[in-house]
Amino acid sequence: MTPLLSVQGITKRYGAHIGCTDVSFDLYPGEVMGIVGESGSGKSTLLNCMAGHLTPDAGQVVFDTRTEGPRDTIIMSEPERRMLGRTDWAFVHQHARDGLRMGVSAGGNVGERLMAVGERHYGDIRDKATDWLGRVEIDASRVDDRPTTFSGGMQQRLQIARNLVTGPRLVFMDEPTGGLDVSVQARLLDLLRGLVRDMGLSAIIVTHDLAVVRFLADRLMVMKSGRVVEAGLTDQVLDDPQHAYSQLLVSSVLQV
Amino acid sequence: MTEYNFAYLDEQTKRMIRRAILKGLAIPGYQVPFASREMPMPYGWGTGGVQVSAAVLTPKDTFKVIDQGADDTTNAVSIRTFFQRTAGVATTTATSDATVIQTRHRIPEEPLHEGQILVYQVPIPEPLRFLEPRESETRKMHSLEEYGLMHVKLYEDISRHGHIATSYAYPVKVEGRYVTDPSPIPKFDNPKLGDMAAIQLFGAGREQRIYALPPYTQVVSLDFQDHPFEASKADHPCGMCGATDSYLDELIIDDAGGRMFVCSDTDYCEARQAAGHKGKDAA
Repeated sequence: MTPLLSVQGITKRYGAHIGCTDVSFDLYPGEVMGIVGESGSGKSTLLNCMAGHLTPDAGQVVFDTRTEGPRDTIIMSEPERRMLGRTDWAFVHQHARDGLRMGVSAGGNVGERLMAVGERHYGDIRDKATDWLGRVEIDASRVDDRPTTFSGGMQQRLQIARNLVTGPRLVFMDEPTGGLDVSVQARLLDLLRGLVRDMGLSAIIVTHDLAVVRFLADRLMVMKSGRVVEAGLTDQVLDDPQHAYSQLLVSSVLQV
Repeated sequence: MTEYNFAYLDEQTKRMIRRAILKGLAIPGYQVPFASREMPMPYGWGTGGVQVSAAVLTPKDTFKVIDQGADDTTNAVSIRTFFQRTAGVATTTATSDATVIQTRHRIPEEPLHEGQILVYQVPIPEPLRFLEPRESETRKMHSLEEYGLMHVKLYEDISRHGHIATSYAYPVKVEGRYVTDPSPIPKFDNPKLGDMAAIQLFGAGREQRIYALPPYTQVVSLDFQDHPFEASKADHPCGMCGATDSYLDELIIDDAGGRMFVCSDTDYCEARQAAGHKGKDAA
């Protein structure tokens, strides 16, 4: 089977400082990969390199495109990469405000990606937007309200709807539950797991919350100082951590 | 007349502006940056239009200036006098006699003919500006033809008002490529932009951009399949000349709710009145 995403030797430096170095892995269709590590360990740098927001200094990010098969997205032309970003890829930001247009109604936010890929029928766009609001548990009567009037959890769900409306195959998530209280987190995770299963999405989730990866991810990578120190099945890594840093990370989780 | 170079600007500046104009004509709808000069009037009064006019005027030209369609408003009078004094060109108020027409917010009602140049004063040349504040990002969107955002604005209009409520500066797509701001003309004038015999030049002084539409360019107003573009106007005849096909201004004439509608294009209205047409409010 062809991997959906094949990352080879990704390295990104900020001058003398290492962002992330020599990261390689394959992600297969339908698989959810978690990346954990402390702040500054290079998780977000790696994610941004893969999603095309940063240009890595070395390495390949090979994505299995629908039409042309596996292609290296780093050397792909910018219009092609941005097209991928609007269609087959989705990016969920930690802060919903970074991923939403706060001055545009919820329906407009969801419809933007549809209009960006050429949808020009108002009625259809609105129907799809309303349908997606329902799928992320936002009441259809809020379709014309601006995200500024939404709670944090609703904004995050709206951001997810806006990203998934074009039926992407790969979702990048940067701390999707950060800054939400635990009950809202739980609902969001439940929703995400349902969507991932229903749509057969592949996802890469960056987080420092081990409970999130335990719940969502099939596989796990632990990063420290820009390097992957341990990788494997989620349960395996969390139940029997081998590397000293992974052991520290697992033992640092507060017990209630 | 000896105090100034012909048409106020020095020849090197005019050369630079002409070069920008030629580039704009070669790439219809593309915003060409140019080194806008300080003009002896405040930004917002038409500094961009004045620089473009100065660059295209020749001593044989006949010049007309309109502001909201009218030849006799402050802005129109002052710019017309400016070029009378600095270029010594003939001026007129008759649309068909003019070879260069500088305009703010209107296209004359009378169809323009080949050999004429229509110069627009543009406050904000970037149609995506209010949706995307970063210039670096809007330039990238233009170069990659990513115009989905423009439809988001129209979507918002419909969801809030039930129809496309944008009534001026209505975005257009030029030759199937660049989305362009037609300057704040009413959308009633949008259909005249396309397939026009005259050359259309757009100058934005503060924003330092020039763009252009060569004659007979294809210009399409953006819309949705189920909410097509509509060129709207007040549903009345002109009170002075009775015209039913021209764009109208609404005037409040007393404090008892009295109002009248008159053509915003004064030259068109006066010509019709001289030809014997009379509206219901004509004296």
